[in-house]
Amino acid sequence: MTTPDVLIIGAGALGAATAWFATRAGLSVEVVEQGQVASGTTSSCEGNLLVSDKEAGPELDLALLSLAAWREELGEHGSLWEFEQKGGLVVSSTVDSAAGLAQLAERQRIAGVEVLDLAPEAIPDYEPHLTRELSGAAFYPQDCQVQPMLVAAHLLRMARERGAEVRTGTRVVGFLRDGDRILGVRTDRGDRYGGCVVNAAGTWAGEVAALAGVEVPILPRRGFILVTQPLPPTVFHKVYAGEYVASTQSSGEGLQTSTVVEGTQAGTILIGSSRERVGFDRSVSPRALREIAAKALVLYPSLSRAKVMRSYLGFRPYCPDHLPVIGPDPRAPGLWHAAGHEGAGIGLSAGTAKILVQALLGEATDLDISPFAPERFAMMEAS
Amino acid sequence: MSRYDVIVVGGGPSGLAAAAAASGNGLRVALVDASSQIGGQYWRRPSDQAAAQQGTTLESLRRRLIDVDHYPEHQVWLLEPGGEHSLHLAPVHESVRTAAPPVLRARSLILCPGAYDRQLPIPGWDLPGVMAAGGVQALVKAHGVLPGRRAVVAGTWPFLLPVARQLAEAGAEVVAVCDANSLAGWLRTPLGAMAVPAKMGEAVSYAAAFARHRIPFRTRTIVASIEGGDKVDAVRLRKVDRAGTETLDGIDLVALGWGFTPSLELILAAGAATRVDLDESLVAVVDSWQRTDVAGVYVAGEATGVGGALLALAEGELAGLAAARDQGRSVDRGRAGRLQRQVRRGRAFATAMHRAHPLPPDWQDWLEPDTTVCRCEEVTVQDIRDACQSLGAVDARTAKLLARPGMGWCQGRVCGFASAKLAQGKGKRLAVNDLAPMSKRSIAMPVSLERLATDEAH
Amino acid sequence: MTTIVTLTFDGQPLTASPGQSVGAALTDAGVRSWRTTRRGGRPRGLFCGIGVCFDCLITVDDVADQRACLVPVRDGMVVRSDSDE
Repeated sequence: MTTPDVLIIGAGALGAATAWFATRAGLSVEVVEQGQVASGTTSSCEGNLLVSDKEAGPELDLALLSLAAWREELGEHGSLWEFEQKGGLVVSSTVDSAAGLAQLAERQRIAGVEVLDLAPEAIPDYEPHLTRELSGAAFYPQDCQVQPMLVAAHLLRMARERGAEVRTGTRVVGFLRDGDRILGVRTDRGDRYGGCVVNAAGTWAGEVAALAGVEVPILPRRGFILVTQPLPPTVFHKVYAGEYVASTQSSGEGLQTSTVVEGTQAGTILIGSSRERVGFDRSVSPRALREIAAKALVLYPSLSRAKVMRSYLGFRPYCPDHLPVIGPDPRAPGLWHAAGHEGAGIGLSAGTAKILVQALLGEATDLDISPFAPERFAMMEAS
Repeated sequence: MSRYDVIVVGGGPSGLAAAAAASGNGLRVALVDASSQIGGQYWRRPSDQAAAQQGTTLESLRRRLIDVDHYPEHQVWLLEPGGEHSLHLAPVHESVRTAAPPVLRARSLILCPGAYDRQLPIPGWDLPGVMAAGGVQALVKAHGVLPGRRAVVAGTWPFLLPVARQLAEAGAEVVAVCDANSLAGWLRTPLGAMAVPAKMGEAVSYAAAFARHRIPFRTRTIVASIEGGDKVDAVRLRKVDRAGTETLDGIDLVALGWGFTPSLELILAAGAATRVDLDESLVAVVDSWQRTDVAGVYVAGEATGVGGALLALAEGELAGLAAARDQGRSVDRGRAGRLQRQVRRGRAFATAMHRAHPLPPDWQDWLEPDTTVCRCEEVTVQDIRDACQSLGAVDARTAKLLARPGMGWCQGRVCGFASAKLAQGKGKRLAVNDLAPMSKRSIAMPVSLERLATDEAH
Repeated sequence: MTTIVTLTFDGQPLTASPGQSVGAALTDAGVRSWRTTRRGGRPRGLFCGIGVCFDCLITVDDVADQRACLVPVRDGMVVRSDSDE
């Protein structure tokens, strides 16, 4: 048996995208996954590819690069995962928040984001059922949505068709090394070797890194989403309240909620969002559900009778500086990371995988990966 | 918000027995039930018919519920376990007039959610005129409505017999009653028959009724497909072990049931341990006092293993006594001991019933690729096979997330079992991990956004 | 207590007995389906009959998506089929 060029830990969106880009570049790939295909955070998120919620900086640059990868390298497969360029509508209910949004939009424009400022009277043309009590909105035509489980499952299918092996139900319990050098992983189902090892374990990537003796501070940040009954088309874009941006960038431990509403091709409406740091606690929080529902009804009063069929929760892989961890880990040669994308992992997966594979091959990367360096936290502490 | 010593969920035999026993032993009891009248599916009757007319058991239970706060026409949409457990309630429809408090709290919960007909997909089973056997019984018994003139009753399990008899007595022509198993299977289990001799008398009375109404009873026979345009017109039958079909024309009602599926969502929400019963239903694990492994949570009735009304009554009363005893009341130990023996006997009988009525091992082969499995989301057999064969799903949860069976209005209540079996492939027994993802419902019943938004805070 | 309840279904008058469900009243009147599915446009009516399957959803007095098998009939009730548009 030959050793694959790349051994990937994790069969979520990040691991699947890495497998796809790597096999496309002619590398041999094996994926190990403790659960099943897309069974972690990939199965409990909305599938957003957003530029609208990102402040100008490295994450926005990665989002723009990623968006291009979704459209170009992955463009022909878009229908497999319900790719839809639906556009995002960020609304503000006060004059102050409208001013804040306008400033954000200006910085985003400079970074290359398309933004249309909407006057209150123009909003119903975009979202007829939205409350009229709004002071303004910004429309982001580049925002897209995909069905995240289908993304991971189809990318892995295509990688398998190029020879990749995917081993689910296989948990990494340690690393195989020669001195410092990482040679592979020890799993509960035997040892697996790789020319390099990519840690794409999402919210569990910090634990995986610890097995290699390196610290990557990725923590779970719990979020709930409500799913309504199937409805006739009611919400046409991704609609969210201005404070959502502040909420994604905050770091508090307590419950925060900010409204995100969007329709799906299945007819359901997904309603979020909440953030709280409670470890891997899977119990349903009535308070989070209540706040999410109440805030959503402020934006969409006409949904008051719509039935919520289910809720689900997921654990975003949260890093203290809200940036993902991408690239080689100098503390453990042979170990690479592609994790910690918090609430943006689906959207950022394509771009992340693309530049990671470029770096693996020793090519120039389309985007400077140094802001995402795995060792940056240790350096931050030292300085 | 209202506080009780114990809240009983479900107004069928086990729930009523539990509420009566807990109340009789001095506990403050609430009873939450989806129906407007007590009795559950077992004691269904027209709304103008008093409980007394249903016989002495229901009437005597009713008389013992005088001190119980009854919240009819409400369902639990969220169960929050804790030192004190909370149940969040919603009315079953918008015109319910008696409003229950939005949240009930209690140290003890006795969950008696009952069961409903288990279904297997059959080509054409989504045509109007095809119904669950229990739904046909409800129409005939409680609503006085005959849903068809020429009926076929099919599946497996003795429950098909009363449904066929009630249809015939209400004036329908029952063209065939088809059981996938043979009566010989039942006769092979003398232990089961001896355990509850009264059941043999029942069998004799069915035989007489079937003869009187000239109902043809066909063993080892299944419905291969149901034909029709916008409603049922014909049914094709086949023997389980032989090729070739026989068509029955002019059929306007098909009643189907393959045993029962207990409702497990509240038990899973409470965090209680579950197991897979002999019939491959997910059920609660309880001790000899009906206690789960979650402090203060008891389960009685079909949700501990499908076993019928007599067993449910014993389990319910035992759970009521257990809750009282665990809250420091002194209960009649002799009575409890007798109930525990009844439960053991009933369990032995249920085991025999399950052994005599297995699902046909080849049922997955009878499906067409385009047969609907999930009626809500219109997911076909092929959709599930694609998720497994090409997208790498090897378990029910992944198949569900990729192909969407169980993601619609009913949240997998109807197709959960069949979807889990299809995801698993033939020849294996389901495990807890296969069934739990199809039975878990974070929100136990659809609830309006408005109700969610105004839900009572702690 | 009245012995007959009158309701309308898609504008047509219908009689029922008190305590019957909307689904039972429709079945008694020979109506077998009152909804079509979102994807396939397949007709749906009563299936489980006891509030489990949600196949029988119907609009009652302008409130959509009620389970016909659970809502009791009431005099003057206005029942509409859902096209599930």
